[in-house]
Amino acid sequence: MDLDYSPQERAFQADLRDFLAEHLPRDIAAKVTARREVSKDDMERWHAILNARGWLAGSWPKAFGGEGWGPIEQHVFEEECCLAGAPRIVPFGVKMLGPVLMQFGTPEQQADLLPRILDGTDWWCQGYSEPGAGSDLASLKTRADRDGDHYVINGQKTWTTLGQYANRIFCLVRTKVDGKPQEGISFVLVDLDSPGIEMRPIRLIEGGYEVNEVFFTDVRVPVANLVGAENEGWTIAKFLLGHERTNIAGVGFSVQALEQVKSLARQITRNGRPLIQNTLFAARLARIEAELDAMKITNLRMLARAAQGGRLGAEPSMLKIKGTEIRQAINDLARRALGPAAAPFPSEDLDGNLSIAPEGHAHDAASYFNNRKISIYGGSNEIQRNILAKGMMAR
Amino acid sequence: MSDDRRMLAETLRRYLSEQYGWDHRLRVAYQAPFHDPEKWAGMADLGLFHALVGEDRGGMGGSGFDIAVIFEEIGRALCPEPVLGAVMAARLLSATGTPLTALLSGETRYAVAIGELDAPYDLDGIACRADRTGDGWRLTGRKSVVYGGGVADRLLVAARANGQIALFDLAAAEADLHPYAMIDGGPAAEVLLEDTPATPILPAAQAALSDALDWGALALSAEALGAMEATSAALIDYLGTRKQFGQPIGTFQALQHRAVDLTIDIEQARSIVILAASAMGTPVQAKRVAQAKHLVGRVARKLAEEAIQMHGGIAMTWEYPVSHYAKRLVMIDHQLGDSDHHLGRLIETLQTA
Ligand SMILES: Cc1cc2nc3c(=O)[nH]c(=O)nc-3n(C[C@H](O)[C@H](O)[C@H](O)COP(=O)(O)OP(=O)(O)OC[C@H]3O[C@@H](n4cnc5c(N)ncnc54)[C@H](O)[C@@H]3O)c2cc1C
Repeated sequence: MDLDYSPQERAFQADLRDFLAEHLPRDIAAKVTARREVSKDDMERWHAILNARGWLAGSWPKAFGGEGWGPIEQHVFEEECCLAGAPRIVPFGVKMLGPVLMQFGTPEQQADLLPRILDGTDWWCQGYSEPGAGSDLASLKTRADRDGDHYVINGQKTWTTLGQYANRIFCLVRTKVDGKPQEGISFVLVDLDSPGIEMRPIRLIEGGYEVNEVFFTDVRVPVANLVGAENEGWTIAKFLLGHERTNIAGVGFSVQALEQVKSLARQITRNGRPLIQNTLFAARLARIEAELDAMKITNLRMLARAAQGGRLGAEPSMLKIKGTEIRQAINDLARRALGPAAAPFPSEDLDGNLSIAPEGHAHDAASYFNNRKISIYGGSNEIQRNILAKGMMAR
Repeated sequence: MSDDRRMLAETLRRYLSEQYGWDHRLRVAYQAPFHDPEKWAGMADLGLFHALVGEDRGGMGGSGFDIAVIFEEIGRALCPEPVLGAVMAARLLSATGTPLTALLSGETRYAVAIGELDAPYDLDGIACRADRTGDGWRLTGRKSVVYGGGVADRLLVAARANGQIALFDLAAAEADLHPYAMIDGGPAAEVLLEDTPATPILPAAQAALSDALDWGALALSAEALGAMEATSAALIDYLGTRKQFGQPIGTFQALQHRAVDLTIDIEQARSIVILAASAMGTPVQAKRVAQAKHLVGRVARKLAEEAIQMHGGIAMTWEYPVSHYAKRLVMIDHQLGDSDHHLGRLIETLQTA
């Protein structure tokens, strides 16, 4: 089996490296590699730079302003971006709503909304989860009642990532209460400045704000904002979750993070000896490195299958479980390596003149705690195991 | 367990739940000075500090079990008061024959400054230097992440003097202190010493320092036990009440078995802490403490991660107490030797036996 990229793919990789070296703003990359918060302005700047090159939505078809990348090119792109310390592309418009509109939207919706995703006019967020509807998304209760050519929306969404920066939200809402729960759900687009919407920040475990609760009270939304047919939102939700799980293995994040831990373990000394010479710590590193190297190939094998048009069944779930476990294990190592220097609550003062942790590592403990989320969201790892088990037992 | 001990534990539990409630805890733990002097005094009035010290030194406790029951309550309430410094200081001051009156009354807060960035857990790598000058001693060096350092009245500092590790006492005000909060709440500080005057109180302090580190590690292991009990109770309660797919999530076997494994792990952790508490002051103290801190470190981290995972998003929030318990459980492994450090000590005892 050929474990290397094809000549074309390698040429693309080289192009990307040049581009990133030249165009990725240093200040943004520095924040990303130090695991500090990336501001709204940083994200918008980076999107604009990518968009100018035509690479913000490389996997979109050419007709919609993309490059028509296949799974391997998409993977190469994401991996190189991670290694260079580029911020993650905010997925809600580009990776989620975009593909949904191409598949289910009207020509008017496509013509109106897709360009606004690319040029940054719209910042979308995802209104799926509710306080009572997490893993069991189909039990969602937010209602949209028809009133002439409007829906009137009442209810609550939660966990809305980066909603504080968004001007629009795509929501799953209940348009029919009787029958099977999956059958009465619709997919609607809502302007966040509509009267009756209130967004409240939720503070996360490590002290940051990246998610929100959104309350809807008699919010009027034109019926034209429905995507697909009424009561057929569940199909869209499932389609979208498939897209949400691309790059779910996060190999690039892990490779970058592991390199950082290795260099950290060489920098930190214990009684004059580099930490990496501590057998117990080195064993932890070596074990994870083997797992990660295997993961790279697992990921590529599955991408190759997808590139050849094979239908992906269990693969995304496997990639999600293993990929998130590896990333969390690497976060765990970084925190561990710091010893007591991981203890301070991150602050400007400690980042700067006191420098307890080596340069760029003051936030390692915070990011270990924050990244507990990756095995919970996008369908928890337990739910992925249920999906896998169902598939395996159904023979 | 003796009646006195049980009574103190119950009184402390009541005091912490009534006087040191959750909202209060959150405010205090993250707002300078990251502890509450009034409640510290209240805890002193309950006799807390007397329980840390033996009768021969003017206290009313001082056994491994006394320390363990107190710290279990501190862990259960997630109390950020810097009692750890008092436990270790009491051992060190006892070894030097210094009177403990001000420590016992709670009037003087002590922090023990041993760890440095290059030598966070052990004495061999200590670089901080003590020099004799005309009329006394002066210290130069840096002590990192000194627990309770930002709110201490006095510091007990381990430094290299005449080729051995000696112990010094100084007023905290003499040092260049940089206080901060820890990620799991509570006070710590960087202690910068530059020709800082200090009083030598023990010239050959190696044994006394190792002993103080053992007692600190026992206290932290017991604190983790209390925090684990609280976390696991919250988890089991949540599994029984949170519904998805029309049933409590606790009915899913995938979660049940994991919750059961955690319960078994916590029982094991309790046993090793009991074993360590019973070994304090005996020849196997160091081994038992290393076993306890190692095993507790492993179990505590696993419980923290599993509790968050099985709660789902809610335990990722600042608002929900389990997130703070999880942080404390993980970060206990960063204090006075993590599970690998203590495993290393255990491996050495096997190899040299
Ligand atoms: C940081 C963060 C960002 C998020 N961003 C967004 C966003 O932008 N938009 C959005 O809509 N949502 C978002 N989410 C929500 C996320 O998708 C949900 O948290 C997730 O689906 C889990 O739901 P829950 O938190 O309600 O947990 P629950 O569903 O209550 O699950 C609790 C536990 O039970 C387990 N469990 C549940 N059912 C089963 C079962 N049948 N078998 C075995 N185990 C089971 C779960 O795996 C979990 O361990 C975000 C979440 C987080 C934490």
